[in-house]
This record gives sequence, structure tokens and C-alpha cells, in this order.
Amino acid sequence: MTARGPIGGPHTHSGASVGRTMGLVAVALVPATAYGLYAFGWPALFLFSGTVVAALLWEALSLKLAGKPVRLFLFDGSALLTGWIVAMTLPPWAPWWIGVLGAFVAIVLGKHAFGGLGQNVFNPAMIARIFLLISFPVEMTQFLEPRPLLSPGAPGLAESLAIFVFGHAGFDAISSASLLGTVKTALGQGTALPDILSNSHGLLPLAIGAVPGSLGETSAVLLVLGGLFLLATRVITWHAPVAMIATMAALSGGFHLADPARFLDPATQLLSGTFLFAAFFIVTDYVTAPATGTGKLIFGAGVAFLTFVIRTFAAYPEGIGFAVLLMNATVPLIDHVVRPRIYGRTRSGEPIRYEER
Amino acid sequence: MSDDYRRIALDGIWANNVVFSQMLALCPLLAVTGTATNGLGMGLATTAVLIASGFLVALLRRLIEPEIRIPAFVLVIAILVTIVDLSINAWLHDLYKVLGLFIPLIVTNCVILGRAESFASKARVLPAMFDGLMMGLGFTLALVVLGAIREILGSGTLFANASLLLGEHFRILETTVIPDYKGVLLLILPPGGFIVLALLLAAKRSFELRRRAAVGTRGGDRDVGGKEITI
Repeated sequence: MTARGPIGGPHTHSGASVGRTMGLVAVALVPATAYGLYAFGWPALFLFSGTVVAALLWEALSLKLAGKPVRLFLFDGSALLTGWIVAMTLPPWAPWWIGVLGAFVAIVLGKHAFGGLGQNVFNPAMIARIFLLISFPVEMTQFLEPRPLLSPGAPGLAESLAIFVFGHAGFDAISSASLLGTVKTALGQGTALPDILSNSHGLLPLAIGAVPGSLGETSAVLLVLGGLFLLATRVITWHAPVAMIATMAALSGGFHLADPARFLDPATQLLSGTFLFAAFFIVTDYVTAPATGTGKLIFGAGVAFLTFVIRTFAAYPEGIGFAVLLMNATVPLIDHVVRPRIYGRTRSGEPIRYEER
Repeated sequence: MSDDYRRIALDGIWANNVVFSQMLALCPLLAVTGTATNGLGMGLATTAVLIASGFLVALLRRLIEPEIRIPAFVLVIAILVTIVDLSINAWLHDLYKVLGLFIPLIVTNCVILGRAESFASKARVLPAMFDGLMMGLGFTLALVVLGAIREILGSGTLFANASLLLGEHFRILETTVIPDYKGVLLLILPPGGFIVLALLLAAKRSFELRRRAAVGTRGGDRDVGGKEITI
């Protein structure tokens, strides 16, 4: 008899692969990213491309150093996606070295130092964001009002390239704090919340994204659209996003009812900053989130709780990055405590006894 | 005999380096290596304590009952650290203002107790002192290298405030490596210490593996001359 391949059981392949998953996530990111690039113009486009290219180069270098097949892993989309997500969390007009350094921290320190794809304990993009935020507080908080591509106030191609390469010299004149930053500063000066918010944009621009903010995080509607696409294609499950949104709504709702002059209302909390982006694209990361549904619920709720605490009581206006990293550290513990029942065994791990018939 | 000293020296500085091989004394390492100067000061102070404790522990090793050796070692080390602490405060007061908090903590530095326990309590006085010197120099080397990298990347200077430690003649050491540098704050903070230390460890490991592959041996560290080192 000629040897054939091993005969397996009647299994069917779902078609899932790293490349396919990454591709679907990329598709989901397109609307919000496209809007961000449109709203913040050429400098944002340069920063975005620079960060993604840098991520791919760092990935290739890391793979080579680790002795892994470069071609196979470089184009599975994971490095592209990491660079993409890092770029989305950056201030839109940041200079090139912010993007390149962010990509380095995410890919080399955040991912490959832990052993590469699937081995990293912490979310690489959030590590990059926190590294940059702590190291370069000025560059990482220079936000500005959207000035759409080709609109009168937008910089031309040459000027944009100069912003990308050298940074923007007169940034203070055009910069505009994000809503959370404004609220944090004004509350610190003793202004009551309704007075602060009366000068701000209101909820509708916050939902659409016509506000100052990070490159790809401003448009809540488009981020939710991307998230729903991921849910529909079963790339992510509902647990972590729902737990995160519900916890934040409940917490901020309770505090807002207690003292409306001090605590932001739930709608603003949910729509501003990185919240919805993180709910659909960060806490749903396969590698750094718990494996079980219950675990994901705990994880999402924890991220929202810590975010609320940091936003409300700590020095930083936005706390998602810190919250995600802190909760990442608890994932092994969550996975240890919340375990699915093993087939043929009870919840406590004892074999199920059957009556003799 | 000279061979023994050679092995002690190699162990201390490279093969069994306090930081890069034993992974001890990480607390002072991360706390003071924001600048190369602080690392140098801390390293030299620790070296002084290591030599003196090697001397005293080896001298007293027959008098100390094994059952109570740890408290006895701690007492010896505490006395020595107090002397160093007061001396730095008296003669290098400006440096004391920078390092002051960390000098008394040399007592709890596990390297000193570790060397007392594993080497000085079983050796004669001269080798014990020499081991203290070499372990101390290895520790100082690690502190200075780590401090220098963190300082250059973190604040763009090298050996800032060196004149406080070494006197006015050494002001020339104080260099600004990168002018108009805004600094990378995270590298000055303790996480930066962990990150740079991890990268250095990886580099040392990679270097050793490569050299071992080049020499073509199965296991066992070798010194520069290719002689097998047994620990």
C-alpha cells in the first residue's frame, strides 16, 4: 500500500487565519481612519504612513534577529495592524519620530521582546501610547481643531511635509485641547462643569468627530460602525465591549447624578477620548484579553472602572491606556479563576459519575 | 594560586557579574542609574563595603557559629555601611544630597550578604577582599553602563554633576551629548531602568551564545583565552 496522508476526523476548517482576521480588523478600521485623515489633512496622512512603514521595518528587523522566517510573518498583517492602531492613537500633527518611536516600542519592546505574535502580555499599541505620553507630554497632547483636506485653513502639501519632518513651530497658536483635557484643566481651576461644557462643542460633533483629538479616535459613530462590522463577522465577541460600555455608563451616570457640577455625564464619557476605539479594537485583542466570555466581561468592566477612576480623580485627562495595561496584567489571574467546564467533568473538575444501568 | 585570583576577577566582572549574571541588587540599580555619575558613586560605595565586609567576615569566620552566621554578617555589614554613610555625608556632602537615601540601603543589598555567605565565610582574608573588589567593580561597571545609556537617551547628557563626586578636576567629564535635547522621561523613571537592563541582558546573552558557537563547545563558559570556567 502506498502511504497516504494521515486520516483525520471529520473536521472542517472555519477559514480563520491570522491574515484573514487582521484583514477584517483593517476593513473595520477604514471608516474612522479615512475620516481622521480627511479631517486632519496631509500631516496626518504622512504620520499615518510613516508609522505603518516603521512598524513593518521594525517587525522585519525583529523577525530577522529572532531567526524567524521574515517573509511569512511580515505580511500576515499583524505588524501592519499594530502600526495602524498606534498611528490612530497619536495626535494628528505629531512629527515623524513620534510615529517611528511608537512603532519601535510597540513592535520591538511590546511584542517581540515577549516572543512575538500571540506571546505578548500587554497590548503593544497601548504600551507605545503610554511610553510616548509619559516621555513626551508636550508632543502627545498637541491636538487641534479638524481642518479638512483642501479646506482654506488646511496646510498644503509642502507645508505638511515640513510639519511631519520638523514639527510645527507655531503649534501653540493653533492648538486646541481635547474635551477631556479642557475639562480636567478647568475643573482644576475650580470652574463648574456646566460652564465648561457650555463653551464646548456639544454631543453631536463629539459623535461625528468634528472635535480635536487623536488621529483616528474622534469619530464615535464610525468607530462603532467598525465595531459592529467586527461583531457581525464574528471577529470579536460582544462581551468585553458591552461590559466596558455598561460599566462606564453606570459609574459615570451614578456620579453625575450625585454631583452634576463635578462629574461628566455618561454620554460625554462614552463619546470622548479613546473610549469607543478601545472598546471595540483594544480590549477585544485576542492575545491580551481573557479567553472565556465571563473573563472578558470582568476584563472589560475592569478597564472601564479604571478608566473612570483615572479620568475623574488622577492627573491624566485620559486613562484608557493605563487601564488597559493594568488589566492586561490581571489576565492570567482572570483566566486562572474563570475556567470553562472540562468536557465530561463537573465544574469542580471531578469526573461526572454515571449511574450503572 | 594566581589562577584563582584570575578566576575571581573574571567571575566578578563578567562571568558571574552581580547584575548581568546573578540578577541581584536590582533595587539600587534601578533607583540610582538615572545618571552615570550616580551609578558610579553608588558602585564605589558598594565596592568599599564589599571589600571591608570581605575582610571582616573572612577574619571572623572561625569565631562565628554557623547557626547565627546571618545575623552576625548583617551586623558587620550594617556597621560598615554606617561608616560609609557618615563618611560620604562628611566629605562628599553634595553627592550625599543626591544619593543620600540609597546609601543606608546598601545594608539590604543582597550582593553583600550573598558574597559574605557564599565566598568570604569560606575563604581566607586576601581572596575574600579581592572577591569583594572584583564583585564591586563588576557592579560598578553595570551601574555606570546602565546609567550612561539611560542618561544619554533620557536627558542627552553624560556624567552630569561628575564634579560633585570626583572633584573639580573632573568637570571635563560632564558632557552634553545631544544639544537641545528634550529628553525621554520614561527612561529616567524606573521602567526605563528595567527596559534598558533587559536589552543589555539580551545583548550579553546573545554575545555569549555567539562566542560559544564560534568556539564550538558544548556548554560551559569560557574566558577570553578559551579556558573553561567552572563556577
